[in-house]
Amino acid sequence: MKMPLSAMIGLAVSGAIFLAAILAPLIAPYGMAEIVGDVWEPASSAHWLGTDNIGRDLLTRLIYGGRTTIFIAMLATALSFSLGSFLGVTAAVIGGWVDQVMSRLVDLMMAIPSLIFALVVLSVMPVTLPVLIIVMGLLDSTRVFRLARAVAVDINVMDFVEAARLRGEGRIWIIFREILPNALSPLVAELGLRFIFAVLFLSTLSFLGLGVQPPASDWGGMVKENKDGIVFGINAALYPAAAISILAISVNLVADWVLNRTSDLKGGRGG
Amino acid sequence: MPMVLKLVAQRIALGLLLLLAVSVLIFAGTQILPGDVAQSILGQSATPTALANLRRDLGLDDPAYIRYFRWLWGVMHGDLGTALSNGQDIATQIGERLGNTLFLAFWAAVVAVPLAITLGLVSVRYRNRWPDRLISTVSLASISLPEFFIGYVLIYYFSARHQWFPSLATVYDGMPLLERLRAIALPVAVLTLVVLAHMMRMTRAAIMNVMQSAYIETAELKGLSAFKVIIRHAFPNAISPIVNVVMINLAYLVVGVVVVEVIFVYPGMGQYLVDHVAKRDVPVVQATGLIFAAVYIALNLIADVVAILSNPRLRHPK
Repeated sequence: MKMPLSAMIGLAVSGAIFLAAILAPLIAPYGMAEIVGDVWEPASSAHWLGTDNIGRDLLTRLIYGGRTTIFIAMLATALSFSLGSFLGVTAAVIGGWVDQVMSRLVDLMMAIPSLIFALVVLSVMPVTLPVLIIVMGLLDSTRVFRLARAVAVDINVMDFVEAARLRGEGRIWIIFREILPNALSPLVAELGLRFIFAVLFLSTLSFLGLGVQPPASDWGGMVKENKDGIVFGINAALYPAAAISILAISVNLVADWVLNRTSDLKGGRGG
Repeated sequence: MPMVLKLVAQRIALGLLLLLAVSVLIFAGTQILPGDVAQSILGQSATPTALANLRRDLGLDDPAYIRYFRWLWGVMHGDLGTALSNGQDIATQIGERLGNTLFLAFWAAVVAVPLAITLGLVSVRYRNRWPDRLISTVSLASISLPEFFIGYVLIYYFSARHQWFPSLATVYDGMPLLERLRAIALPVAVLTLVVLAHMMRMTRAAIMNVMQSAYIETAELKGLSAFKVIIRHAFPNAISPIVNVVMINLAYLVVGVVVVEVIFVYPGMGQYLVDHVAKRDVPVVQATGLIFAAVYIALNLIADVVAILSNPRLRHPK
């Protein structure tokens, strides 16, 4: 199947961002915490994007910041995804009151806006990387749970699952060998969207000062550091904010294409 | 009792139950850590006697469920407790801020809802032609933009480059309405852009669904103009899903204000919540969290009730 232009652009841009994040120490022109100039210097040949609020090279910070953002967002997505899909499929396979309890609990968690819930929990927890990843992962796993459960309920009544049951396979086998492989394609399409959500969520938390703590910094934190310059016409805060947007849009373009493809496979229900 | 009333009453009762459960969850969310509030007020170097005294004063010696019921009892009587950071009554502090936040959200809704529905109608009228494509591309992009990106771009161009609007949304008591509106122009614009895309896409999808019906074909074959077909024949049948999506987006709006208020330093609930999370002022966080959740649940509840009222099929669940 031919890849549309938009998906190709998305793949290229997000690939470039990921590559920059992985190779950060090799391609960054200066050290991450190195003060190399005056406060908020304009762009020059030495500092392509200028310097930040305490005179660090903005491009360097941007490359390292992307590393932090992508690393945390990926771990949070991995957690929400594995937890959500495992519990979702389990709920669908076991059914009965276990399903009821789990589903109602997820409904309850989704009745509180994620950001508000995260703020409530972070008000008593120390804001460290593991805590951030776990809070983000848990809150987001509710959405994966709903999708996985909906998909698994459909598959659970199919003949090959029935056959496996009659053969006497255990629940673990049915979950991991019968249902999960067949539920994978709609779930993978969702993966991209969950990753974007994690990036935006983390950036928002950091922007509010409750995410990644200084001296480490992600893109949201960089916006916070440089936001005071905006009113003086210094656009340093716009670069990290734009980086978040570009990453989100390009991953979105790829996810959109994958989503269309997988729904085509099911007989073009996507429409 | 008529069927409709019964269903609506059921739905409202369910909403109240949900709110109760949410209050448990919010309270539990602040009790996860082994350390306690007294420790975080006095710091690591506090003497055990001072800690014990403060614990007794705050009632921390009681088990969690007794503290929960005491808190719930207070909340139901309008007593939200006192803030740890400055010892002031939370309810009075919240009162004014809640007004400010609702003011901001109200004007954002006034701008966003008609605009989203109009754009949705336009993009159905010109479906698969360039206006539709343009609208859907722009909206796909704007879904991916964080609030602070839109916010700071607007501040950069409209307050720093050209001094058209203030960069800080300062409002005070007795401020004339027009001045107040000018102060919140940029925050309203950000909130509008944030919810517009989703609302518009859903409106479009809802109407497109109806457009495949046979009676639409009849209306077209009668020779009605394309806009008239959409407005007179398709739109009324799509109202229920549209109201639903509008309400869900308004609920989102109330949450979106948290970030927008921080960007524009607007004296509302969101700013209040974020400030006190940083100060680890647990009673304030619980109270504001509960209010945000209550507004969110209420708007979702209204969406359900409207859906029941506008769609006769939902009145007879199987």
